[in-house]
Amino acid sequence: MATYDGVFNALGLREWCDGGQSDGPMSMDALLAQTGGGSEKTFWDFPFPSLDALNEACGKIPQSRDLTVGLEQGFLAIRDALQVVLDPVTQPLSWLLRNALHVMTDTPWWIVIPILLLVCWAVTRSLKLVGFVAIVIGLLAFIDHYEYAMQTLAIIFVCAFICVLIGVPIGIGMSRSDKAQRVIIPILDMLQTLPPFVYLIPLIFLFSVTEPKLYGIAIILYAIVPVVRLTDLGIRLVDKDVIEAADAFGMTSHQKLFGVQIPLALPNIMAGVNQTIMMSLAMVVIASLVSAPGLGVLVLRGIRNLELGVGLVAGFGIVLLAILLDRVTKASLARIDASQSSR
Amino acid sequence: MKDTQQKNVKVSIKHLYKIFGEDPQSVLPRVKEGLGKTELLEQTNHVLGLNDINVDIHEGEMTVIMGLSGSGKSTLIRHLNRLIEPTDGEVLVDGENILDWNESKLRKLRRETMSMVFQKFALLPHRTVLENAGMAMATRGQSRKDFESEANKWLDRVGLDGYGNQYPHQLSGGMQQRVGIARALTSNSPIMLMDEAFSALDPLIRTDMQDLLLELQAELHKTVIFITHDLDEALKLADHLVILKDGAVVQQGEPQQILLEPSDPYIEDFVSDINRARVLRARSVMEEGAPSGEVSGEVDVNDNLESVIAKAGGDLDRSFAVTRKGERVGTLDMATIMRALVPREASRDTARA
Ligand SMILES: Nc1ncnc2c1ncn2[C@@H]1O[C@H](COP(=O)(O)OP(=O)(O)OP(=O)(O)O)[C@@H](O)[C@H]1O
Ligand SMILES: [Mg+2]
Repeated sequence: MATYDGVFNALGLREWCDGGQSDGPMSMDALLAQTGGGSEKTFWDFPFPSLDALNEACGKIPQSRDLTVGLEQGFLAIRDALQVVLDPVTQPLSWLLRNALHVMTDTPWWIVIPILLLVCWAVTRSLKLVGFVAIVIGLLAFIDHYEYAMQTLAIIFVCAFICVLIGVPIGIGMSRSDKAQRVIIPILDMLQTLPPFVYLIPLIFLFSVTEPKLYGIAIILYAIVPVVRLTDLGIRLVDKDVIEAADAFGMTSHQKLFGVQIPLALPNIMAGVNQTIMMSLAMVVIASLVSAPGLGVLVLRGIRNLELGVGLVAGFGIVLLAILLDRVTKASLARIDASQSSR
Repeated sequence: MKDTQQKNVKVSIKHLYKIFGEDPQSVLPRVKEGLGKTELLEQTNHVLGLNDINVDIHEGEMTVIMGLSGSGKSTLIRHLNRLIEPTDGEVLVDGENILDWNESKLRKLRRETMSMVFQKFALLPHRTVLENAGMAMATRGQSRKDFESEANKWLDRVGLDGYGNQYPHQLSGGMQQRVGIARALTSNSPIMLMDEAFSALDPLIRTDMQDLLLELQAELHKTVIFITHDLDEALKLADHLVILKDGAVVQQGEPQQILLEPSDPYIEDFVSDINRARVLRARSVMEEGAPSGEVSGEVDVNDNLESVIAKAGGDLDRSFAVTRKGERVGTLDMATIMRALVPREASRDTARA
């Protein structure tokens, strides 16, 4: 005898309900009741009229489990169609990631490290920072974490690059149309608040775990948010008076965008790039769950096999990389700021 | 200058209305029936920006638009290059209504016919002074090589030689506005719009800049539309003065005329505080016709009363012959001068008493 029997009887739905009661799957409640042994229900146990509780009284009402099953089946049904579209579109990502990993790890260290230092010098012009980067990489290499670190860096470079490539134009689009902004902001909010693990679930269904794009997409979805937001914000914050002057002298919207808005928004855009890189690093560790190589793998090993030392050293390496990436991007950001006005 | 020959009308504003709000067209008829700014705001929640403006701007003259904050000056000047679209009316430039123009014609107007100087300078902070000065020419598609000499020429002219490679934030406010002026001049446009160009500068620099502008104007004869909320500045610069209040023109004309015959208590208030002796000129207060009796000296038509009084040494029964280009055209006695120095309303009061 279920609690809500009376309701369905009163509504005259008993007959409709009993029509399909025969072979419905067991509800969670019933399962629990079976194992726990049915005890008499008191008023204290009065259940919330949830799907499962209603199902007990009326077999025609679906159970909550049907919802998750339905969702899964729905997803599986569109999976093939999605794959047809997404697979070729995202193939270049796999290709890029594979090649970057290949180049970064297979090139001898005495070529890779000087190149990294040169890049660092080019963007920051600070010998102190170059020295810092040399020490960090040297230290990681010294404790035989060089290859893992390079894998992590390779993935971050590729993903951050693609984030900028896609994110900046989206941000520009948003800044030019309030409507686009209204549509995109909730999506960004969602991407930012969803726990990173949640991205991985549908992606695992869509792509094979052996494909690098699986974790590539997860990282990009997670890390693209700040660069989009700050590009939009940066362009919207450009001094109205300067924009008016550009209009008054007859600039086309193209001239205005590339000659005024983007250059003046550059400090903000670069702040977004900095954030994007930091978030890629955070995600690349989690993505080791779905076969992303790098320092995250060691952390994972530390957790799985309870190898405390392995996990801690890898974690320390990640912190070092984070500081390194942050300092280098911040220094190049400061350089852009300095070459501009003190607005 | 003013009374010698009638100049062409370069820009003509006809029955211009601007209403800010949800649905300006719907309230336009009521404004045309005479609904005022405050009532419009109370009854319809629309802001009356401009109300039936009619102004003719003559070629080669400096037209000054004056009014208090919120009177619609910035709104008005932005209609001349259509940075703001009017609710109703016409703006004719060289006889053509620019409101009918398409985007490319309008862009050509902004690039070649009009240039603008802004209250907050509005220089491009990421470009050098030279690049800023050449902005108009660069916008037209010319390369740095092409505009460099022209930009340098005008930078020199406004007193900024050698600053070409600095960035705007390295300059003081006054110097930045010189760049703003050089930028407008480098565009070689016949019309210059200046929205409170000197208001952000401190008084001494401001006087310098006014002098610079007058000097340039004597040389270049551009059609200048200058906005200010400062009467002294307006009187110093204006060939034609337009006084705005609550979006409507309360009086316009020759500045001396407005000073001597204010048509409205609002303007009387405005003009009551200024140094009339320094602003009024012999030609505006003299009696026409060559002097009949004996005179104690000659003064030029453009001398201000202050200098005439100084010439008289304060002696009240002197009179002077007023000359234009050496020819005697009028008489000026000290009694007339004294009368002119007292604002009109006050003289009305004494007459009544
Ligand atoms: N975009 C707008 N929306 C609504 N009202 C506006 C807008 N722009 C101007 N106004 C109104 O129009 C009137 C005139 O403004 P405007 O900026 O032209 O004044 P102003 O004479 O230039 O004043 P100031 O000396 O302070 O610059 C003001 O009452 C202002 O509130
Ligand atoms: Mg203004």
